[in-house]
Amino acid sequence: MYDKLIFELSVPGRIGYNLPNMEVPSYELPKEFKRSDEPLLPEVSEIDVVRHYTNLSRKNYGVDQGMYPLGSCTMKYNPKINEQLVNNESFTMLHPLQPASTVQGALKVYDKLSHWLSELTGMAKFSFNGFAGAHGELIGLMIMKEYHLRRGDTKRTKVIVPASAHGTNPASSSVAGFEVVEVATNSEGCVDIDALKQVLNDEVAGIMLTNPNTLGLYEKDILLIAKLLHDNGSLLYYDGANLNALLGVARPGDMGFDIVHLNLHKTFSTPHGGGGPGAGPVGVREDLVDLLPNPQVRKTTDGTYELYDNPKAIGRVSGFYGNFLVVLKAYMYVLTLGHENVSNIAKLSVLNANYIKESLRDYYKLPIDSICMHEVVFDGLISQAVTTLDVAKRLLDYGYHPPTIYFPLLFHQSLMIEPTEGESKETLDAFIETMKKIAEEAVSNPELLKTAPHTTVVRRLDEVQAARNPIIKYRDTLHD
Amino acid sequence: MFKYFPHTDSDIEAMLKRIGLETLDDLFCQVDPSLKINRKYDIPNSHSELELKKAIKAIAGQNKPLLSFLGAGTYEPFQFSVSQAITSRQEFLTSYTPYQPEISQGTLQYIFEWQSMICELTGMDATNASMYDGATATAEAMFMAYGQNKRPKILISSALNPRVIEVVKTYAKYRGLTTELIATEDYQTSLADLKTKLNEEVSAVIVQQPNFYGIVEDYSQYKDLISANNSLFIMNVDPSTLPVLKTPREWGAGIACGDAQPLGIAPNWGGPYVGFLATTAKYLRRLPGRICGQTKDVDGKRGFVLTLQAREQHIRREKANSNICSNQSLMALQVVTYLSLLGKQGTKEVALRAYNNAHYLYDGLIRTGKFVPVTKAPFFKEFVLKYCGDAEKLQNFLLEKGILGGYRLTDREILFYASETRTKEELDLLVRLVGECDVR
Repeated sequence: MYDKLIFELSVPGRIGYNLPNMEVPSYELPKEFKRSDEPLLPEVSEIDVVRHYTNLSRKNYGVDQGMYPLGSCTMKYNPKINEQLVNNESFTMLHPLQPASTVQGALKVYDKLSHWLSELTGMAKFSFNGFAGAHGELIGLMIMKEYHLRRGDTKRTKVIVPASAHGTNPASSSVAGFEVVEVATNSEGCVDIDALKQVLNDEVAGIMLTNPNTLGLYEKDILLIAKLLHDNGSLLYYDGANLNALLGVARPGDMGFDIVHLNLHKTFSTPHGGGGPGAGPVGVREDLVDLLPNPQVRKTTDGTYELYDNPKAIGRVSGFYGNFLVVLKAYMYVLTLGHENVSNIAKLSVLNANYIKESLRDYYKLPIDSICMHEVVFDGLISQAVTTLDVAKRLLDYGYHPPTIYFPLLFHQSLMIEPTEGESKETLDAFIETMKKIAEEAVSNPELLKTAPHTTVVRRLDEVQAARNPIIKYRDTLHD
Repeated sequence: MFKYFPHTDSDIEAMLKRIGLETLDDLFCQVDPSLKINRKYDIPNSHSELELKKAIKAIAGQNKPLLSFLGAGTYEPFQFSVSQAITSRQEFLTSYTPYQPEISQGTLQYIFEWQSMICELTGMDATNASMYDGATATAEAMFMAYGQNKRPKILISSALNPRVIEVVKTYAKYRGLTTELIATEDYQTSLADLKTKLNEEVSAVIVQQPNFYGIVEDYSQYKDLISANNSLFIMNVDPSTLPVLKTPREWGAGIACGDAQPLGIAPNWGGPYVGFLATTAKYLRRLPGRICGQTKDVDGKRGFVLTLQAREQHIRREKANSNICSNQSLMALQVVTYLSLLGKQGTKEVALRAYNNAHYLYDGLIRTGKFVPVTKAPFFKEFVLKYCGDAEKLQNFLLEKGILGGYRLTDREILFYASETRTKEELDLLVRLVGECDVR
């Protein structure tokens, strides 16, 4: 198997480029500003680069290869047509500061998609300036803070986050300058209303919730929660990580959420890219629209679009307008879906998750037994013969990307499966059979699982050594 | 049913049967009936590929790419077909963050190579798997400094890109930090003003190289001054200049940050780009986000994993110093392929090409007699000139000819940029049109 770093292919004098002839004269660079050494960059030919990265790509696993049931990540199909259509110089060669009259198409995409997402979520307007889900959270919390400050309410320094929340929620709260108050989860896996009442006071700026929550369960009391928070003068923040479970069926805005962020790379089919670029648009209710980050897009009286800096806004949160090409792909996805198909996203993703739940309940422990939403969380094997990690690693041998493991933190052996709407019954059946087989292997031959994977390009890696003696760049390997 | 939904009616029926429900709506029995949307959503009807292509073509037709002499934070580097081909591979494009290292060695290894290259360019010891963009990377550099010394104030050179300043200010404001601008003198950061503003409240000093006006500043006195004050020296830098210019490390910076867009990423109307954040070994554990490290598997074979995760939000939760998780991974791959193709020699050639083009354009514009110099300070690929007339009118004149005539700083001053991809003919065209333009 191919096993080289690009630097290890380097041969002095070899090149992989061909630039046009330099027609203008050379100018002298002042000596005092010159770099003293040379960066150690590879010297390779074009085919070296192509083969190297093609070989590397073969050590990866993508959605196009097979089922990718990674919980909370919504690994749905990324349409090919969208990739093809963004690759157009009328999108890629636009300078972000060129006059609005020359980017009316781009501005229109922002305006239209804001309207469509607002309609789908029950909000008033979206900003696309956020680059990722966590970035959207931060922007949303800045809006929450600004809302209270504008009302002269400076006591609101706390944000409530459920104990089951993803780590980004408390981290985003801290970075936005809030103190985090955890609220417990009840035996049904939902927010404990009594516990919530106890932490509500005039210092609470708001609550961050995902619905369905990180256990894949619908927060049945959402209307009550919203009333409690609003009566307390606090706002509700919706983490859109799990919107796939409700898209086309119910809307966060109607539930009482005041601020939402969406993950276009989850719910709206744009590719994850191995960890970005994504997009974390933030939507708000009508009276918060002015607070959205700058610059904002608006339609002028003559029907054209423009960018403007709203003096009431929280400020600027990104260099320009977020990840435009990602936003454009989501725009295409909504156009392809149309109103005819949108409601089947939630229905089929929830159907798929419940089908897996019912099919595996005799093998894997269901910590909370109720209808799940778009994902199902098991607490490891019923037999407890091996750990969730071992199950996940064995799945690699069978050609699957494993589910999310050890999250949510509420259970010790969490195994969180999110199939998305895009998987067929046959695909699910094959996955279910594999999961059953692994459950049987765990009892009959636990060693096989504990030493899995066996068929991948590398096997279990020594993470302790990696952290103890960090080798984080090529130069570190030279005096290894 | 629909091309992205594989379910047939009989599939749905069989699946519901196993679950023990009658209809798909029963799956949502917990949702309060008042919340269910039973009307048609007000979004467009479903588009086939043919219809989508036409709709997008119409949108594209309302955009106009221009011959650009506008930089100001977004540049126009060479874009090689290899980069596009590699980043389009589904294994890279459609995968998630590399949580399962055994089937993510492709992503992990190119992140390792990205880290290697960013460290080589900046002269730093450590960097992470990438940041969203240069502006947010600079804000995160501020947080690193705050995490290190817990001081509440950040000094920012007013010769920094104004958009980066605004982002840093927004991040600072909500975190409860204050910012203060260092004055500019002759389009450069005022050392005298910095000296008056440095005190024990100052967590970090942020400067830019080349600065927003394209000037290569002399930061040789900064390191001693700033470290004597126990503050951090943060340098926002254009990495495409670093194959030839002094590195942030050589200037004595503790943190280097910026946008890697000039390394082979198209202008993309502002994004996606990719930010970077690099530092010395001393501050390695202050880095936010993902870091990839080399290790071995159980058979002793080299492999890569995400490492030093105890810094990150999913472990530290509210105690984390940053909330970043996913970043701009695929764009880092784009940069890695660009740097691999150009390599040691090509990156230098490209940097000097931009340098030469800018100086050639500068001379040409001065020769028109319509511009005068504003400073003698050395510049790299952007420069400021003062126009003899109304700068806005000149830009409008150029726009009619399909040209983006720089960034207007004031009624008279324009910041021009000459990309390494501009030909002599294009540079000459701008000079000729400026000469012909008769707006005063």
